[in-house]
Amino acid sequence: MNIIEIKGVFKTYDIKTMPVQALNGIDLTFQEGEFASIVGPSGSGKTTLLNILGGLDEPTEGVVFIDWKNITTLSERKKTLFRMKNIGFVFQSFNLIPVLTVKENIEFIMQLQGISKEIREKRTLELLNSVGLMEKMNNRPNKLSGGQQQRVAVARALASKPKFILADEPTANLDSKSTENLLEIMEKLNKEENITFIFSTHDARVMKKARRIITIEDGKVMKDELQERQQS
Amino acid sequence: MLWSLSWKNVWRNKLRSVVVIVAVTLGVFAGVFLIAFSQGMVDNRIQTIIRTEISHIQIHQPGFQANNDFSLRINNADSIVHIVAGTKHVVAVCKRIVISSLVASAETNTGVKIMGVVPGEEMKVTNINDKIIEGSYFGTQGRNEVVIGEKLAEKLKVGLHKKVIITLQDVNMNITSGAFRVIGIYQTDNDLFDESTLFVRYSDICRLTGLHGTEAHEIAILLDNNKNTPFVEKELQRKLPNLDIQNWTQISPEAGYLVSAMNQYLMIFILVILLALGFGIINTMLMVILERVKEIGMLMAVGMSKAKIFFMIMLETVYLSLTGGVVGILIGYFLCKHLETVGLNLYFWKDVYASFGYSSLIYPKIGLQMVMLITLMVVITGVLASLYPAYKALKLNPAEATRTE
Repeated sequence: MNIIEIKGVFKTYDIKTMPVQALNGIDLTFQEGEFASIVGPSGSGKTTLLNILGGLDEPTEGVVFIDWKNITTLSERKKTLFRMKNIGFVFQSFNLIPVLTVKENIEFIMQLQGISKEIREKRTLELLNSVGLMEKMNNRPNKLSGGQQQRVAVARALASKPKFILADEPTANLDSKSTENLLEIMEKLNKEENITFIFSTHDARVMKKARRIITIEDGKVMKDELQERQQS
Repeated sequence: MLWSLSWKNVWRNKLRSVVVIVAVTLGVFAGVFLIAFSQGMVDNRIQTIIRTEISHIQIHQPGFQANNDFSLRINNADSIVHIVAGTKHVVAVCKRIVISSLVASAETNTGVKIMGVVPGEEMKVTNINDKIIEGSYFGTQGRNEVVIGEKLAEKLKVGLHKKVIITLQDVNMNITSGAFRVIGIYQTDNDLFDESTLFVRYSDICRLTGLHGTEAHEIAILLDNNKNTPFVEKELQRKLPNLDIQNWTQISPEAGYLVSAMNQYLMIFILVILLALGFGIINTMLMVILERVKEIGMLMAVGMSKAKIFFMIMLETVYLSLTGGVVGILIGYFLCKHLETVGLNLYFWKDVYASFGYSSLIYPKIGLQMVMLITLMVVITGVLASLYPAYKALKLNPAEATRTE
């Protein structure tokens, strides 16, 4: 089942009055449970595409349907609400809240959603268990390694039970061991919870794990291919 | 959630927060102390005006106050005193002869206001008898005695038991004079009063001027509480429609203005302090926003509404200002409460204060109502100071903010 459909998306930025074409007519669909990777050189439009998919940026032209809903026509307020309920984000630099503990960081979005304490606690413990950070739940992010912080970020992204997760170069700041570990966790969650993961990446290790690789260059989809999942 | 998150955010950069909190504490403490100090000073001045110089209400013949015309006398002063004494809230009443006159010593002379008083009655209304620094107040016996202020004694170069000559107009408009012996020297907080007011016995002044013992220029009234002044004033105006009934703010308008003007000055002062603190807080919060661009972007991305982000930043600002504000208010309040009992003696500026009619021993005064008002003003400052930084935060684009280095 398609959960994301992008039709004729163009994005032009005006940088110092010079128009820069970041996306140049993108048509894509994503199905539930995909583990897809968007790859391409720097400046190819990967992040712009991810931002438009996540409702963080507006396309200059074209539409984005998520679960059959056109998010490009939503108001700012509704889009924020939509993101909270439907999309999980994993950022390159983790972006955890430093004054909250690991547990509180994971709970945060559920609190925004107004989920009861009991359910929050249960879900947080499940996620902590999934990402293997049960013993670190009362630590602040600065007491964790980069890999551990990114695992917390993944758990946080999953906390709201989103329809899909957008991860913008999630392994860019991680060493190989942490990358391997993180990918295994995401793969496991993808399999077990049927969560759709869409990455933008340069990382060959991520590409190896992806079942679908979309190559973008100059704002256009150059290749969109399925591959067998590599075993680690 | 936002309440605790904001509180934790305040303590991210402990040093910076502590610096801001200390600045707010000092500012608010200065404000509280100044309010209490000024209030104490004003209260003291008013107390001096009422208890030493004027009393709560005075009665005169219409027009007397304008130029102290000797002929404008209340003829049936004793019966008026009797009527006034029977009025609710009146604690004491006394009659006076008031004459602008000339007093001379062996060395020099000067113009003064002579107050012919009945000592027993006067002592119940005013407290000049408590202000004697040399000699004594009028006793039960004695004749042609005078009590003068320290400044007048200095001016006339006379001391205790020295003679002064009082020259004045009698009932027949003739110039008459009498020799009086200084039996007491008083000192109030008002140099001007001390230099220009001289007390003699009512009986002596009557004899010298040829007045009957039932006449008076002035009837002074002390009440149980200043709050009752308007009520008694109205009551006396009803009972004595032909006489001029005036309260202390009408007799000494500058004292009345003092109260309202001081309140206005203090409010302006507090506003200036809070404005300065507000800008300091805005600066700090702008730095906070700048440092947390990526995090705010993340919060927006994951679905935190603009209203919640605004509220979070506003709470942080209010916490920052309120923490310092409450500490400043508490230190100021308890220090002022302590000084309200023991007093703050600025004796090294005694002469300066006295030249303006103020005591150098000040009992700062602050009420809970004022404390609440200052707390409210601190909160409002916090809220207002948060508006611009919060606006800046809300203008962030989450897509760009999350990728900020």
